[in-house]
Amino acid sequence: MNDFIELFERMMLIRLCEEQLNEAFAKNLFPGYIHSYLGQEACAVGVCALLDDRDYIMSNHRGRGHYLAKGMALEPMVAEMFGKETGICGGRGGEMHAADPDLGILGGNGIVGAGLPIAAGAAYSAQLEGKGRVSVAFFGEGASNNGSFNETMNVAAAWKLPLLLVCENNLYAEMTPFSETVGEEDVARRAEGYGMPGEIVDGNDVLAVREAAARAVARARDGHGPTLLELKTYRWGGHFQGDPRNYRSREEEKAWMEKCPVARFRKTLVEEHGVAEADLAEIEEKLRGQVEVAIEKALEAEVPPPETAMDHVFAASGVK
Amino acid sequence: MASKNYCWALIDALREEMERDPATLLIGEDVGAAGGAFGTSRGLLDAFGPLRVRDTPISEEIIVGLGVGAAMTGQRPIVEIMFMDFLGLCLDQIFNQAAKTHYIYNGAFKMPLVIRTSAAVEMGIGPHHSQLLECWVGHVPGLKVVMPSTPRDAKGLMKSAIRDDNPVVFIEHLAMHKVKEDIEDGEVLIPIGKADVKREGRDVTIVATGLMVARALAAADTLAKDGIEIEVIDPRTISPLDVDTIIASVKKTNRALVVTSSLKPFGFGSEVAAEIMDRAFFHLDAPVQRLTPPFTPAPFGKAFDNYLNPNADSIADAVRGMLK
Repeated sequence: MNDFIELFERMMLIRLCEEQLNEAFAKNLFPGYIHSYLGQEACAVGVCALLDDRDYIMSNHRGRGHYLAKGMALEPMVAEMFGKETGICGGRGGEMHAADPDLGILGGNGIVGAGLPIAAGAAYSAQLEGKGRVSVAFFGEGASNNGSFNETMNVAAAWKLPLLLVCENNLYAEMTPFSETVGEEDVARRAEGYGMPGEIVDGNDVLAVREAAARAVARARDGHGPTLLELKTYRWGGHFQGDPRNYRSREEEKAWMEKCPVARFRKTLVEEHGVAEADLAEIEEKLRGQVEVAIEKALEAEVPPPETAMDHVFAASGVK
Repeated sequence: MASKNYCWALIDALREEMERDPATLLIGEDVGAAGGAFGTSRGLLDAFGPLRVRDTPISEEIIVGLGVGAAMTGQRPIVEIMFMDFLGLCLDQIFNQAAKTHYIYNGAFKMPLVIRTSAAVEMGIGPHHSQLLECWVGHVPGLKVVMPSTPRDAKGLMKSAIRDDNPVVFIEHLAMHKVKEDIEDGEVLIPIGKADVKREGRDVTIVATGLMVARALAAADTLAKDGIEIEVIDPRTISPLDVDTIIASVKKTNRALVVTSSLKPFGFGSEVAAEIMDRAFFHLDAPVQRLTPPFTPAPFGKAFDNYLNPNADSIADAVRGMLK
């Protein structure tokens, strides 16, 4: 039961973080775009539940769910989103970039699809090392139409890389319905053509995601190669906050919000596992307070001194 | 001391570094059993096995991406993009990922990655297999760009590139593969970012890169017969450029000619000329000149190549023009 509570906590933390960042954005307190993860919480949490600190993940532009699910500390992560000096990358990365090498979090990306080959490179490293580490590439269905997806799927299968290709199919590639951009809407069906298993999973069911990820992780750890998981889900917000969402109906949004992954798991815990709703409410309030503090601290923190703009263009070491 | 050609000097560098550090890897198209499309990885598969010397599909983006991800997780990969003309297929991984990862993440990840690629200038293979695009990569902060013009420089710079914690684009010249030079036994390490004065002289400074270095030296021999003493500088590293060595030379000779196989507009010669204007304007007795092929793709065939590219005669003519 403890691990179920942990899954709930992680999902709720992501939910509250996204909601409160959106509020900050609405109040004009956020410096830049927000690519919200609202509605997709079960995807990151279900997959990362199977990973250890030694395992690698490569995120994308919609990355906070992945960072928090893999255990990134809340306050430096939030401060990074605000571009503050106290951020996990000193405020240089901002909303689309955060990393923590000690937790195997290799970063986000501003380029759709660019993380897949890099995740494959980390999987190659893991394969060379031979100690059962795995690497996970998180990407959206939009990225599945990028050439990098083809190249990564093929090399991962050919080299039997310990890689999970986790496609969060939230139905919208930026601001275009995915269905308009493909002849086949199930991304997972492409897996067969590359010579790897592909599985379609209800991405709003954290336990289903965890089960599918468990199969894929076991396969990768045992040296049998990659798996493509397609997690069917929905992006509650626009591509970014402020996107007018004129390419879809409010009714469609409402229907998907009724399939909320957090509420659904909460109900499962209470109705099927005898967890007291009061305990879950207590967790929610505790996390709400933590997120509020993280955002307050981020708002109060300084931006990095502009004269540090030239830091880290090159690593210091040359010939060793 | 042994005489080595450019190709084998590079293989020696790879072999020595792969022996020295087991994290060093070589991946790319045909690098394994074939020994490299141009023979520049011969023997390495047998020496280091199929995981460390690994053939890839014809998928340039993931060739570089594999290198980026491996470099972020403890390896020192060397990835091969067969022709420099193919850079367009993998530029995102080079200039957004490899070049910027150390910067974006506040130094959390090193990027000890070598992207080796060949400029097939003057090989007569046509417009998609002939370009020298050093300026494209030289324009990107976070990338180092190296282009050796002799076998010893190739060996010493490759070894330095492999040991560097930054991404290095290493440009090899196919047309130089058979050029030989005596290389001493033991460690040869040439620092990145340091130009080499290939010939000292007092009258005109020629800054030449890659294939043009030997031609500038040949032109200098010819001009010496007329009493004109040329100083030939080979930057060896395109970025970061060793401007100090160029400026010191121009302050002595008061004239500068830049000779490249790459094109003139927005190019390497423009950059060198601007640096000279900034730092040695009042030492100049003549405008800085650039000698390059004309602004056109390179058509198929050696005859075109010979017509389009600078040679020892055209270099000597350009120098004489500057001394009138």
